[in-house]
Amino acid sequence: MPAANFDSIRVGDSIPSLSKPPFTRLQLALFAGAAADHNPIHVDEDAARKGGLPGVIAHGMLTMAYLGEMLSDWVSPHQIRAFSSRFNAMGMLGDAITCKGVVTGKSVVNGENRVELELSAANQKGEKVQMGKAVVALP
Amino acid sequence: MLIRNIVGKEYPPFTVEVEKRWIRSFAQAVGESNPIYLDEQAAKAAGFRSIPAPPTFPFTLIMEANQSFMVLDELGVDKTKAMHVEQAFEYFADLCAGDVITGRQRVIEQFDKKGGAMHFIITEIRLENQGGEHVCDLRTTVVVRAL
Repeated sequence: MPAANFDSIRVGDSIPSLSKPPFTRLQLALFAGAAADHNPIHVDEDAARKGGLPGVIAHGMLTMAYLGEMLSDWVSPHQIRAFSSRFNAMGMLGDAITCKGVVTGKSVVNGENRVELELSAANQKGEKVQMGKAVVALP
Repeated sequence: MLIRNIVGKEYPPFTVEVEKRWIRSFAQAVGESNPIYLDEQAAKAAGFRSIPAPPTFPFTLIMEANQSFMVLDELGVDKTKAMHVEQAFEYFADLCAGDVITGRQRVIEQFDKKGGAMHFIITEIRLENQGGEHVCDLRTTVVVRAL
């Protein structure tokens, strides 16, 4: 795919989507360590059940990291100006997340060409577990 | 809901070192395939001084420094009643392995919704690097549910 370019990109265009494999216990344990998030509800089945959950849940910041992965697969992290996400639903063990992004606006800020994007991370049932936004600079 | 308003409160600065192995471990746990996060030569070829941080990595810095949700401790909130519902980043300069990052957290907004059944707390952390350069702002929204 050619590098994203401000003149050719249009509002309504999609950026390349990202489909991730299902969350596993091993991944949640590795992410808990690497992300310094030691909340037991992500790794300890007993603690999760005691907290009223059906079982361990994925870190919200792991799903958000997937949205970030999609963004920086598309453009260099140099070009990302802002990125946010709302956590609408829990990611459960075994959920497979698909990330998508759509261009919603184009602007020039301080001489820099920028596009605004709406992002979503949905599970295999199509439920949007997160909805986000980003602002990216394009040449 | 009876939660004190501490908007404007600022916490003492904290400092965290960004190690190459840490970024790599994070990228591997996420399942990143982008070589700039895994291989320093690829990062340099892409114009970075070392391995760059993936977009959400700054949140990991504040977790490591025990800054996340410290406001809940201060307010005496039961953490099982609190949920991280929104996270925002604004980026001003590259964050790379080898950087020593200093952060400052403050409480910027608190408000009730649904007649006090939900209390929102928004905190902001400003990150600067070893050269005093403004790197990133993080904005974290937490909701506390009333019993």
